[in-house]
Amino acid sequence: METSTTIHSHDPHEPHGHGAHEEHHELGFWKKWVFSTDHKMIGIQYGVTGLCFLFFGFCLMAMMRWQLANPGVALPFFGPLLARIIKNDGMNSGGVPGVMTPDFYNSLGAMHGTIMVFLGIVPVAFAAFGNFVVPLQIGAPDMTFPKINMASFHSFWVGGVIMLLSFFSPTGPAKSGWTSYPPLSDLADPGGGLLTGQTLWILGMVFLITSSLLGAVNFVTTIIQLRAPGMTYMRMPFFCWVQLVTAFILLLAFPPLEAASLMQLMDRVFGTSFFLPHGQTLSNHLVNVSGGGSPLLWQHLFWFLAHPEVYVLILPGLGIIAEVVTNNTRRPLWGYKAAVGAVIGIGFLSFIVWAHHMYLTGMGAAVSTFFQTTTILISVPSVIILTCLLLSLWGGSIRFTVPMLFATAFLPEFGIGGLTGIPLAFNSTDLYLHDTYYIIAHFHYIVAPGTIFAIFAGVYYWYPKATGRMLNEFWGKVHFWGSVIPMNIIFFPMFLQGMAGMHRRGFDGGRTYDLNKPVIHFNTTILHAVWMLGLFQIPFIINFFWSIKFGKKIGNNPWNSTTIEWAAPSPPGHGNFLEPVACYRGPYEYSVPGHPVDFIPQCDPQGPRTDAGAHGH
Amino acid sequence: MEIPYTVSARPDTGLYNAKVGIWLFLASEVMLFGGLFSAYVFLRVGALPGYWPHGFLNVPVGTFNTLILIGSSVTVVLAWAALKMRQFMRYKFYMAITILCGILFLTIKLTYEWPAKFHHFGAFIKKDSLAKYEPYLGNNYLAAKGLTQRVEITGDLENEDALKDDSITEYDIRMDAVNADPTNPESDRPTFWQRPVSDKVAMVDKADVEYASMFYPRHSAFFSTYFLITGLHGLHVLGGIIVFTYFWLPVGANLYKKNPEHLANRIEVVGLFWHFVDLVWIFVFPLFYLL
Amino acid sequence: MEHPPSEHSHAPHPDTAHHVDQHVKGYLAVGAVLGLCTLLTVGLSFVNFGTQNANIIVAMVVATFKAGLVAAIFMHLKSEKWTIYRFLLITLVFAIGLFALTALAFSNPIRLN
Repeated sequence: METSTTIHSHDPHEPHGHGAHEEHHELGFWKKWVFSTDHKMIGIQYGVTGLCFLFFGFCLMAMMRWQLANPGVALPFFGPLLARIIKNDGMNSGGVPGVMTPDFYNSLGAMHGTIMVFLGIVPVAFAAFGNFVVPLQIGAPDMTFPKINMASFHSFWVGGVIMLLSFFSPTGPAKSGWTSYPPLSDLADPGGGLLTGQTLWILGMVFLITSSLLGAVNFVTTIIQLRAPGMTYMRMPFFCWVQLVTAFILLLAFPPLEAASLMQLMDRVFGTSFFLPHGQTLSNHLVNVSGGGSPLLWQHLFWFLAHPEVYVLILPGLGIIAEVVTNNTRRPLWGYKAAVGAVIGIGFLSFIVWAHHMYLTGMGAAVSTFFQTTTILISVPSVIILTCLLLSLWGGSIRFTVPMLFATAFLPEFGIGGLTGIPLAFNSTDLYLHDTYYIIAHFHYIVAPGTIFAIFAGVYYWYPKATGRMLNEFWGKVHFWGSVIPMNIIFFPMFLQGMAGMHRRGFDGGRTYDLNKPVIHFNTTILHAVWMLGLFQIPFIINFFWSIKFGKKIGNNPWNSTTIEWAAPSPPGHGNFLEPVACYRGPYEYSVPGHPVDFIPQCDPQGPRTDAGAHGH
Repeated sequence: MEIPYTVSARPDTGLYNAKVGIWLFLASEVMLFGGLFSAYVFLRVGALPGYWPHGFLNVPVGTFNTLILIGSSVTVVLAWAALKMRQFMRYKFYMAITILCGILFLTIKLTYEWPAKFHHFGAFIKKDSLAKYEPYLGNNYLAAKGLTQRVEITGDLENEDALKDDSITEYDIRMDAVNADPTNPESDRPTFWQRPVSDKVAMVDKADVEYASMFYPRHSAFFSTYFLITGLHGLHVLGGIIVFTYFWLPVGANLYKKNPEHLANRIEVVGLFWHFVDLVWIFVFPLFYLL
Repeated sequence: MEHPPSEHSHAPHPDTAHHVDQHVKGYLAVGAVLGLCTLLTVGLSFVNFGTQNANIIVAMVVATFKAGLVAAIFMHLKSEKWTIYRFLLITLVFAIGLFALTALAFSNPIRLN
């Protein structure tokens, strides 16, 4: 038994605690379920809340797809109900209940994007899985700042509530895209004051940004300071590496958007002109502002965050997939060191590619060349990581558990999403494809059958650790097949629509332009697939709640995994581990030649000492 | 269960947790103020000639505030040093001064500087009307000297009703010295002491005015940026004051009895935040008040 | 007023106390220098160095020097650990990147000829 320092330090300057297992005093309802400072509870809070928002965002999209397939037709059943609730006749166009107005379509688009990105994916993939798994994987008792962790969650749900409340704004929710470009975002619904949808959007974003910043500080500090003895950086599970890089990205990329949001808030509420130039007009009248501002300034500050943000959306997913793939192929991660280097490279490069979203703003050759070079460069580490994951399958004894099904589907889908980004990196081809459905298909392939599948894989994988029970396998497979097929029917045709020239954000489904005629019919196909996709989430939702009470009970390590979270009880108690843990080897010691069992847990004192790359990679 | 390295340093990094945390937070603050300063630069560089003003901010008051903040940076580090040397009353003394300096800084800003702005008026003259108001702008003189044109007439607005009432067709402005005597070389550049408002009243037709308002944020890109940056900075000062007060009052200071090193670390960490706030002001002051 | 020694020592660690005591004089000296530099900044702002750009550069050099003192001495950066240096280095790179690349974009518009 190692005599290295345990996680209970005996330094006289340490706060006087009573040891890991003494706090058996029962926490009341509020301290346990609402104001918890335990990383596992906070992770679950983030996870459940985030999944609810994902579903809500899905519903918004379903409404949009209805309109695109059947423009001007009332939405069945829900339409007339919504007609009564939504302000400004948003769902009561021309007095016909259930028919969507163009403004409301725009609102749905803006809110779908905002909710999916900031209230869905980031809270689930980064905050939920990160909070629950990372301290366990590094052998820590909790995060370094538990109270700040709690504050981060509460800031998140308050921001979410503000976003939801904006649906009840007298002028309707934000309708200037999730990108909120001025002058439109500055001038939409003028004179509405603090309760306009766009202003509430800004306020909501301030809370969400605060939540992310607090969380990012916690993650980085925890990973640096609380790794168990023997857990060197190169012995960390790949999931912890992606969380570390993702936290850094959030930490450094969000603040310029916060600055820009404050400026837009001032433009809307105090009549400033940060983003309004001299001579700005609205409906042919000069707007009564001083001018002197720049709309492009917003775009630069926005995309400075929003590009790294898309890496925030995918990296945790890649981490989850790495865990699931290694576990279910019973092999180490191929090229661990290369993958780690690649993640760090992505983290760095992601900050200097942003203006590839702005190729159509009149940038000259020098700046465009710079950004297209860095953008093409960043595809290299992305391909490295995907290659490592694919090569990890080679020679593996693959168990197609439900997590592995989702992980296997993730790989080619992420491949499609990533490769279709290549023409977008060059400003010449992007000139044609920008703002078409090609873009929508590209990024949705990465987040939808990409990150969301990674999230599903993570849920099926770690649910047993969080609850002590397995999710039902049969319904998991139903969920999988019912998701992967519709996902592709929804998004693949969008590549074709985009290449035909169909513009995005078009309320009429492209009918205004003759060039769209050959591809309009896909709108109907896509709608049918959307209903199918929605239908097949129902077994998942039922499974999720049903299995808490009735799922098959399991012990510590149902998947026979090597990483340290599986050494804790299922679910882990306060303080996580029954005995202090230390790390003796790399994270993926599967199928070690000569070893009787096909895996050696990282924290098992018996067995060879290695680093992550010990098997010749 | 206790979290390790809350007070003592982790051997391989040499750091305790809060120190790592605060520096990460400060890194994000660098990006926040970096974004704001970038906006300042681009808005200023992109401003049309004459639209980015000079000499509207009170330099002596700004200088005084800068010295106050620097002083409070000194006292906070002395407060921390006192804790490390286990001199509790000395800590309370220096911390009290720090808090008072912060309060003084905010008071001067919120009760004197900002209200003084809100009561001052400026009207931007339309390009085609600039010649008409040459006696107040002095652009021929400025052009001959190679200096930037003036496009604004500023001062005290005598008929405040003109702001609301459209039937009033002119602004009566008791002009600042620079508009009262535009061809005087003293008016070429801002002076250290603010020159008092003159006796001369200009009657400016609203039809000649491109945009006019009191010196609110909406007045110009300059004031928008000024109020945003100093406002956000002020919020940070307020935050620091609140946390320092918490650690000065028994509720926070009593940590000294249980674990004085822990309190010293906390003061060090909040002190780092405070120094950062001082650092931002060190750049704000010349960029807005002097240049 | 000294507290009696307990397991959380209220007697300062001998190294720490001496170490910190030495530094107190340094803090006061730096404070004085910062005050003087502030007055210098104001004074220099009334000197015309030729172009407006030159004036800006002078002011920024003094400001950077002051900021450097605050960072190095008051914030103890002079003797900080490499972890912290790494954070700040990467932040600096990205802050400069934000500014420089935006400046590049603004200064390099598309041309029709």
